[in-house]
This record gives sequence, structure tokens and C-alpha cells, in this order.
Amino acid sequence: MEETVAGPGEAGPAGPETPEANRISHPLRPGRWLAAGATALILAWLAWTIAINPNLHWDIVVKYQLDRVILDGLWVTIQLTVASMAIGVTLGVIVALMQVSDSRILRAGAMAYVWFFRGTPLLVQLIFWFNIALIFPEVGLGVPFGGPKLVTWETNTLVTGFVAALLGLSINEGAYMSEIVRAGLRAVDPGQQEAAAALGMSRMKIMKRVVLPQAMRIIVPPTGNQFISMLKTTSLVSVIAGADLLTVAQRLYLTNFEVIALLIVASIWYLVLTTVASIGQYFLERRFSRGFGATTPGTLRGRIARNLRLTGSAR
Amino acid sequence: MTPPMVQCRSLRKSFGRLEVLRGIDLTIERGRVVCVVGPSGSGKSTLLRCLNHLEEPQAGRVYVDGELIGYSERGGRLRPLPDARLRRQRESIGMVFQRFHLFPHRTALENVMEGLIAVKGVPTGDARQRAADLLDRVGLADRAHHYPAQLSGGQQQRVAIARSLAMSPKLMLFDEPTSALDPELVGEVLDVMKDLAASGMTMIVVTHEMGFAREVGDHLVFMDEGVIVEQGPPREILAAPQHDRTRAFLSKVL
Ligand SMILES: Nc1ncnc2c1ncn2[C@@H]1O[C@H](COP(=O)(O)OP(=O)(O)OP(=O)(O)O)[C@@H](O)[C@H]1O
Ligand SMILES: [Mg+2]
Repeated sequence: MEETVAGPGEAGPAGPETPEANRISHPLRPGRWLAAGATALILAWLAWTIAINPNLHWDIVVKYQLDRVILDGLWVTIQLTVASMAIGVTLGVIVALMQVSDSRILRAGAMAYVWFFRGTPLLVQLIFWFNIALIFPEVGLGVPFGGPKLVTWETNTLVTGFVAALLGLSINEGAYMSEIVRAGLRAVDPGQQEAAAALGMSRMKIMKRVVLPQAMRIIVPPTGNQFISMLKTTSLVSVIAGADLLTVAQRLYLTNFEVIALLIVASIWYLVLTTVASIGQYFLERRFSRGFGATTPGTLRGRIARNLRLTGSAR
Repeated sequence: MTPPMVQCRSLRKSFGRLEVLRGIDLTIERGRVVCVVGPSGSGKSTLLRCLNHLEEPQAGRVYVDGELIGYSERGGRLRPLPDARLRRQRESIGMVFQRFHLFPHRTALENVMEGLIAVKGVPTGDARQRAADLLDRVGLADRAHHYPAQLSGGQQQRVAIARSLAMSPKLMLFDEPTSALDPELVGEVLDVMKDLAASGMTMIVVTHEMGFAREVGDHLVFMDEGVIVEQGPPREILAAPQHDRTRAFLSKVL
């Protein structure tokens, strides 16, 4: 089978690409036929063992696929993903703007943030947030540096499992997103800002109307990948009782011992989510490549295939 | 008495230790077309960019229509203008770039509308009408809904001129507007510029098109190494340059 090589924007190079032009078809060779035959054989055998394996309990899978508890977990996973990405992207844009600002202090702050949150494992960060009460038993609003407080809350009532998960995921995501946004900003020709400034546009408007929309073309594809990766990364919050899909699946199999079946249930839902997200990504990319000629984001099928192959960024 | 459109007084600009403009004095009356020529690196672009304060000069003053650009003067001291005031000044000075710098994510029409909407706050409908008129004026009414990538270089540059004109500038700066174009596309852009000159616009044009300078220019400025070596009526300078450096340069481009 032939396949389109190198779709656009996978790692976000700035130059225009013509994905369809890269289609290469190879002459058929006997070795290839042999390999294809062997692969088909192995796949068939795998399918057969899976289908007839008595330990896989497909009836249990079917029973739990639409179970109330599982659906609640699914909903939490979706909420966590969307909220973390929304906050993460916002943080990323702010931090990226800090990174390109003229102020040395803003740049240093941005650098420290990225350095810290990219330099430590997300799992450690999540556990940290979950136990934040050990460091700050109370949080409050008031005068900083030990001044009087107006209101205070117990950290433990404030930072639930969900909140800890949200904090951990979004702040970590912000660090990655800032790099993606920064790469996008850098890819925009400085002449664009000049032309806009010469028209008399303010810096804010230049950013909003000229630079960011163009940077989006570079930013959207890796952000889509981050989103899809986030769908799966949320499963990490099972270590802090996040009530997400994996957590509820685990809770169920701890009582009924259907470990494999419930993991399959969860996996099927993860596949559904990533597939839907891939489709969304395709349309989003198409929208942001307006005006850039041939750069359509490949075929929808290719996009989905590519995303399902994504193992998520190494964290 | 109305002030000259442009007045530069001992303008100096350096990048680090490199002195790019070393005391430029230049006065341009209203409605004139001034062509600036000179070898690469002589500071022509930098001069234009100082006129609308895209570059901040180290010393000297620029007045456009009697107004000091980029600074306010109080008691002989210069203070940088607040951003909003500087933007108003830039609004009235159009600039056309060698590489067009059209907004690639907007159609030709939207490019021309952009300044009207984002700077002048004109309602979309009016902006669209005015942009359409301007595109018509540069002969591109039928290309309104094309993106820059779908236009030829000459068409892109004409859209860029229309985009600048949308701001109703009193002064237009052109930095080698035809240098990035294939030879057969140069004419259409020069034609638009000729029309503009005929309409009375004050224009400063950095160019290598000596034909344009001779035909349309009222005044020719020859720059080299950050100074104005020679200036005067184009025909006279082109026919009988007074300085060796001018002669040497002209012998290469003519
Ligand atoms: N932002 C900058 N930083 C450092 N040096 C610069 C900058 N802009 C211009 N220069 C230098 O200033 C000198 C004059 O540049 P300028 O662009 O004004 O020349 P020019 O006369 O327009 O040349 P050309 O015909 O090649 O466009 C050059 O040596 C250039 O390298
Ligand atoms: Mg130049």
C-alpha cells in the first residue's frame, strides 16, 4: 500500500509544502508481497486469538462500555482535557508574549516557568498539587509579604482531586504551549509587523489582527497534537483520585476483578475521543491555512491515522 | 506660509557602531516626487524608515507637514511621543515596501480595508466600498477576492499601494517598489505611481528605475555612505553628475 509521505505542519516547518506532490509509488517487489502476506497472517491470527480468548470477557466489555460510572469518568476526562487545554493555551500565549517582550524581567519570568515545568515530570507535578496543603495549609487574599488577609480558605477544601488535576495538567501544558506559540510568532515575517505599524496600528492590534492569525497556521497543528496527547495524558491523574475514565475503570475492576475487560472499555473510549479530536483538528487546520495556497492538511483519513500513531509527547 | 511637506535636519542613525546616516538635510515641497538613488548599503531604506519613525534616529529631526515626527519638543528637549500620537503620525505617511508585505491571510480587498477598520475605525460596509474604489483605481477591481498568494508580484504591489492610499496619507514613501518584480511587471506598478504623482501626491521613491526618475521625478537625491552627495533636477544630474561618486554609480546603473 502506498501512503502520502510527510503531511504539512507535523513539526511545523514554516515553508509551504505540497503534500500531494510528495506521493511516491514504488515498483512492486516480491519481498514486499512476502512481507505483506506475513503481516496479514499475523493480524488475522491476532484477531482470532483475541476473538476466541476466554480471558478477554467480551460480554463484560459490552456490559460496561455504556455503564453509568464509566460514562461519568469519560465526562470527567473530557472536561479535564478541554479545561486544561483552554487554560494551557491561554497560559502559553501569555508566556510566549512575555518571551518576545522587550522587558528582561518578563523574559526571565517566562524562561523560569518553562524551565521548571518542562524540566520536572508531570506525574511529580500532579502529586505535588494534590499535596499542596502540606506546604500551604491555607490560601487567602490580602496584602502580600505577610500583610493582613481579607479572606482565607483551607487549601484542602479548595484543591480537590479535580482541581489538583486541572492545576497540574494546565500549568504543565502552558509551558509546552508557550514554546509552540513562540515558534509560531517567530515564523511570521517581521515585515508584517512593519507594514501594520506603518499603517498606524497599535501593538495590540498588530498582535491580534496581523501576527497571531498568521502564527495560528503554525500553532494549530501541534496544538491539535497536544490536545490529543492530553486526552490520553489525563489518565495520569488516576494516581491522585481524579475520577477520570481510567480511575473509574480501575475502581470498578478493584471490586469485580475484570481488569482486562475494563481496561479495554477505557481504551475503546480513548480511541473514540482521539478519533473525534483528529477529525476536529483536520477542519481547524483547513480553516487556518486560508490564504496560504496549497497547504491543505492532507486527507482526513491520513490525519486520523497519523494521530492514532502518536504516542504523545515524552514527558 | 505652509511648511514644506518634509524637512530633515542633520539626521543621524547608527546601528551599534555602524553609522548609516551621517547628517542628512533634506527639504521636500508639497506635491513633489523625489527619487533617491545610491549604492546598496548607502542608507536609503534607513532614511525612509526614519521618516515614519520605524527607526529611531540618534540625532536630528524630521518634520512632516510641519509636525515633528516621533517626539515632542519642550524647552529645546525632545521627548518620545506617546504611542497613540506616533500612530497618528504614521497614519498620514504611507509606506510601500520592496517585498510588498501584504497580509497573506486576507484577500486583496481585506488588505485594503484593514487600516480603515483597525486604525480609522470605519464601519465595515463603508470600508469595503472605499477599498473597492481604491482597488479599481489601481486596476484590480476583478482581483478583490484573491489572496496575495494568488496574485502576481505586480498585482500584489498595486494592492499594497492601494492599502497605503486607504489611509489618505499626505506623503507616500516607496522603498524600491519594483525591485522584487519580474521585468515585465515593473511597468504596471510604475504606471500606478505615475498616476499618483499626477494627482499631486508628495512621494519619496527609492528606486533604480532611472527612466522613472527622469520622467516623473522632480528632484533626484544621490546618497552614498550615509550622506547626500548630490541633489537636484533629475535630468541635470543624470546628464551631468558633478561628483565622482555619482558618476561612478550612474555609469553602473545606466
Ligand atoms: N536593523 C539593522 N541592524 C543593523 N544594521 C542595519 C539594520 N538595518 C540596516 N542596517 C545596515 O545599515 C546599512 C544601510 O542599510 P540600508 O538598508 O539603509 O541601505 P540601502 O541603501 O537601503 O541598501 P539597499 O539598496 O541594499 O536596500 C547597511 O550596511 C545595513 O547592513
Ligand atoms: Mg534598501
